[in-house]
Amino acid sequence: MEYEVVIGMEIHVEIDTKSKVFCGCKNEFHAPANSHVCPVCLGMPGALPVMNREMVNKSVAVGLALNCEISRWSKMDRKNYFYPDQSKNYQISQFDLPLCHDGSCEFEVNGEINKIGITRAHLEEDTARNDHTQGIGESGIDFNRCGVSLLEIVTEPDLRSAEQTYAFLNHLKQTLLYLGVSDCNMEEGSLRAEPNISVRPVGQKEFGIKSEVKNVASFSGVQKAIEYEFKRQVKALKKGETLIQETRGWDADQGITVPQRTKESAHDYRYFPEPDLIPIAVDEAWEQEIRESLPELPLARKHRTTEQYSLSDYDAGVLTASREMADYFEACVAAGAPAKLATNWITGDLQALISDAKADITNIKITPEQLAAMIGLIEDGTISGKIAKDILPDMFESGKEPKVIVEENGLVQISDLSELEGIIREILTQHPGPVEDFRSGKMQAKGFLVGQSMKATKGKANPKVVNQILDQLLNEE
Amino acid sequence: MSKITTEDVEYVAGLAQLILDDDSKERLVHEMGDILNYMDALNELDTEDIEPMMHVLDLANVYREDEVKKSLSKEDVFKNAPKSEGDYFLVPRILDNTES
Repeated sequence: MEYEVVIGMEIHVEIDTKSKVFCGCKNEFHAPANSHVCPVCLGMPGALPVMNREMVNKSVAVGLALNCEISRWSKMDRKNYFYPDQSKNYQISQFDLPLCHDGSCEFEVNGEINKIGITRAHLEEDTARNDHTQGIGESGIDFNRCGVSLLEIVTEPDLRSAEQTYAFLNHLKQTLLYLGVSDCNMEEGSLRAEPNISVRPVGQKEFGIKSEVKNVASFSGVQKAIEYEFKRQVKALKKGETLIQETRGWDADQGITVPQRTKESAHDYRYFPEPDLIPIAVDEAWEQEIRESLPELPLARKHRTTEQYSLSDYDAGVLTASREMADYFEACVAAGAPAKLATNWITGDLQALISDAKADITNIKITPEQLAAMIGLIEDGTISGKIAKDILPDMFESGKEPKVIVEENGLVQISDLSELEGIIREILTQHPGPVEDFRSGKMQAKGFLVGQSMKATKGKANPKVVNQILDQLLNEE
Repeated sequence: MSKITTEDVEYVAGLAQLILDDDSKERLVHEMGDILNYMDALNELDTEDIEPMMHVLDLANVYREDEVKKSLSKEDVFKNAPKSEGDYFLVPRILDNTES
């Protein structure tokens, strides 16, 4: 029997608010343990949480980007459980009235548009971090993360392969980065993705019994966990075993999932309304204000970039991978660079310099205008493409205008016919062998002579003119 | 006959991390059963045209601006902690994997 895998995702995103969701403590990852805590996030009796307005704004922005309906009336609830990742014995979350619900998201898989349903996106507080490296028999708790703004996005079980899931997660991350609502740093836990995975015979309508996989630290980990779970579940079913609904942990070292807890022993969270927080009522005007502030989103921008600049789907995809790179590209073109040349320089040499320097396109010294000016110098024949490749690292280091670097180093291309002819005549005299070879029909000998000419002029000779002169001289004598 | 069984009481006690003796369980079977009976009495009321109450306060949209305020001093943070070391609160070692 053929089986197919069915996947839904639960994604936790730490929303980039300056302060925590219910108190004024700073939201900062790199800080000494318990340095950003107060009576509210420590869960002291009598402390009063108050909702951060920016958390609502940014969460609505995510909801709108995911085509969700925004609740006109929404409230917070208490999710009750005992575990030392919070001290109140409940986490403030949302139960039956999430802020955003019933959305959908389009994303590309190998150039094809796929669509996934978004069940809901609800507000909650992040929990404290446990440190098990303390002494024997004890665990340490750091409450800096407790109370950090957290948005949980839940999708419909619409995904049908590990590859498709990987593409969706990347698209979602790209969207969140475009929105500027989270740094999506997975190493620091700003973005955490947990797949729900089940299998069923192809053609069967009913879903199989699902497992929820936790502790996955990367999107490729999610992909591997799905592949592993698919094999494990199919194997069990083929042996006639009955699957149980359970939570499993991903063991990245061994590449397997291991049981964590079964549904029977899972918590009964006994949600009830949080009396300390006031309901959230986002009316049409507020929603509209946020909708108007949304940036152009990744797929739309890619599509427009393809159309407006006559670029390939591939080029447009690379350029719009981040909003910052797309902005850089458009500024470069606005400064006069032909789109295709700007694309090649940005995604080629410039990107390589940025990667090597572990820099970011938002804070490099070369401005888009300078890059456009450099491309202009190639276009008008002032410098060769080869010289441009040489001066780019200099521009990257110093932030100097390309024209200044060219002048300072005497790199202006030699296109003067008589000057070049003199140099080339000398080269022909110095290398009678290759000249003979060429004349006896070995055309590749010309390449050597071009190389020598470029070398003699330190790359400044205009290669087109060198070729013209060589053709002329080799044929006339 | 109470609507609540001893097993129900034990289950709820377990969720609340309470250990009850037999007398307490017996007492709670009746008390919790009485509460449910009272709910049944309330359910007899006709609430057809009454909006459900979402919150005890008749308010909406009370927010704080996203501004960083001073956090507690290290001394104050650990003042009530039964046990701490360095920058951390200490609790008995967490053995199981029940993190939510």
